[in-house]
Amino acid sequence: MPLADARARVPELLVVQHDPVADAAWLDRLALGCNRYTPLVAIDAPDGLILDITGTGHLLGGEAELIDDVERRLSRLGMNVRTALGPTADAARALAHYQTRPAPDEDQAVRRLPVAALELEPEATTALVRAGLKTIGDLASRPMANIAARFGAGAANALRRILGDAPSPLDPRIAPPPVATERRFAEPLGSTAHATRVLAELVDEAMVELGERGKGGRHFRATFFRSDGLARSIAIETGHPTRDTKLVMRLFAERMDGLADPLDPGFGFDMIRLAVPRLETLGATQLKLEGGAVRSAAMNELVDRMTTRLGRGRVRRLLAADTHIPEQAQLALPAIDAQQSWPPPEPWQAPDPGEPPTRPFHLFDPPQPIEVIAEVPDGPPHQFRWRRQAHAVRRYEGPERIAAEWWRRRDNAGLTRDYYRVEDAQGRRFWLFRHGLYEEKERPRWYIHGVFA
Amino acid sequence: MPHESHPSIAGLRRRLARITGEAELRGQSAGRLASGHADFDAALGGGLATGRLHEFFAADALDATSAAAFAALLALRTPGATPLVWLRTADTARRGGHIYAPGIAELGGDPDRLLLIEPPDPKLLLACANDAIRCAGSAAVIVESWGRWPALDLTAGRRLALGARDAATTLLMLRLGAAPSPSVAETRWSVAAAPSRALDANAPGAPAFDLELLRRRGGAARGRWQMEWHHDEQAFGDPALSGAILPVAARRAALPHGAAAA
Repeated sequence: MPLADARARVPELLVVQHDPVADAAWLDRLALGCNRYTPLVAIDAPDGLILDITGTGHLLGGEAELIDDVERRLSRLGMNVRTALGPTADAARALAHYQTRPAPDEDQAVRRLPVAALELEPEATTALVRAGLKTIGDLASRPMANIAARFGAGAANALRRILGDAPSPLDPRIAPPPVATERRFAEPLGSTAHATRVLAELVDEAMVELGERGKGGRHFRATFFRSDGLARSIAIETGHPTRDTKLVMRLFAERMDGLADPLDPGFGFDMIRLAVPRLETLGATQLKLEGGAVRSAAMNELVDRMTTRLGRGRVRRLLAADTHIPEQAQLALPAIDAQQSWPPPEPWQAPDPGEPPTRPFHLFDPPQPIEVIAEVPDGPPHQFRWRRQAHAVRRYEGPERIAAEWWRRRDNAGLTRDYYRVEDAQGRRFWLFRHGLYEEKERPRWYIHGVFA
Repeated sequence: MPHESHPSIAGLRRRLARITGEAELRGQSAGRLASGHADFDAALGGGLATGRLHEFFAADALDATSAAAFAALLALRTPGATPLVWLRTADTARRGGHIYAPGIAELGGDPDRLLLIEPPDPKLLLACANDAIRCAGSAAVIVESWGRWPALDLTAGRRLALGARDAATTLLMLRLGAAPSPSVAETRWSVAAAPSRALDANAPGAPAFDLELLRRRGGAARGRWQMEWHHDEQAFGDPALSGAILPVAARRAALPHGAAAA
């Protein structure tokens, strides 16, 4: 029915555009909230969640109670929920989507499902129904080889998975961490300050476990589960493995202060979990007498704090790259990652004794276009205009010819650049280049690529 | 007798000095960031005092690179591998260009010592600078800002200066595209590029700087130095002493184009 007709029949009809991205984001939030039941939660796009509750059902008093809890929390958020339990992920999924009649047990329930539950191509489903195979049970009673021969290997595989004969692995949204501690509360915590104190206790517990294993954490994730079923995850990273509770709590405090939308307890947190997803070996430390270890520890902490406050891409170190294309000759990598690296980075080009630097102190990326007057077309610049200011060239050196990396590109594209080091009347030194030789291009343009000290 | 009132005033002065930290400022013999330029170091009693705040203004927006390079070279002259923390707002790269490590390496500095911190706005820049100076173990902290910086008032400047003194961190403030204004800096400089001594074939020579001392706390105010950076000796030097200046104009007229490429 077109929208106009629907509006004519129901004038007060509310129309909302379908927003698949927002739906996916919401499903993601629900999945995070469902982490309270099990660490293994997979998203079944576009509208399903699969929870692996093996061994976790008893925490809430049994599977039935767990399902009750899920339904209660999700319906409070305004969701229509269909739940199903199954021996495998595929069976549970099929039951949730296609079960219409009750059955005495799970096995019977699966066998009573229509063949549409296999989610094959529509033609294949029609062919199965025409052959008189209306339910999974009908199909399962035939020899598997016949099914594969007649309806394709896809049908046989789907049947095996739904019956539990073939594995149906889950792809959990968050991989289960090697170390995790959690605390549940009978009465929800109403204040963020109290929640932070509990988090500090959890960090302490996790550090003890890390210490026993001889490991340190590089990545910590605190998840605050609200009583209304949603959850909020806050993660921090350190540049070196650590077992220092104070440091980790400082970073958590830094991250929480910097949140655009602060941690909202809502009706209270009823569970807090701390996960340490990334571990690295950390032996016992010994302080150096000259204080070197303490000083470099202070710098590492600065890197961690600044990274937590500003983000990974804003605290960087520079590494050399093996290329002669000037703008690619340095890599700015997050300092939190760049601390240990293997293989060791490329060495920097050492200066030639007695020669002035051939590379600028500041580099423009992308280069900025300039207008140049040269005495002869492929000669050095005589005068140039940059940022609405004219500069007369008093000294120059060049050209230094830098060709494109023809061995990287099949079409051999890219223009040769002729670089000139020039000095203007005031003594400022610039790095200019002509983009393209005259045989390569009709009217090559000039750019300024950098400024020398 | 006028003398009798002195003890109370002297006592008040001492108290005031204790509060503001003025006493240590004068008494403590801080380390020095020497430049290697004999006149310059002698005039400053050995170089720029470490653990203090120094301001560098670019004489013109186009001199920004010279000011930045001078501050960086001064800090990177210190031996060892202690990091140089460089804070700049994210939009500085668009105005003045990215810091280019191969260029620093060719000046004889070690780019591996650089730690770049790029806060998104000037307010966060100030907050991050306050944290960075309190972190011991850096060769120096360079804070680069463009234009007016309203967040940096006298109080904020004083807090930075005290923080730097307490942690013995040298704080070099690069004020680019800004006019000098009252502040608590130990020294204030105006840096400009100077014409270099031409090499063979009229090629631009070693980096040259024109430094002007605008203010010095408790010392002779003015001074002006021409400096040249020699990366082989890792030191600044006096261009007048390092050899005869070539007759530029004559050489340039005599040279055919393209000879410089040789």
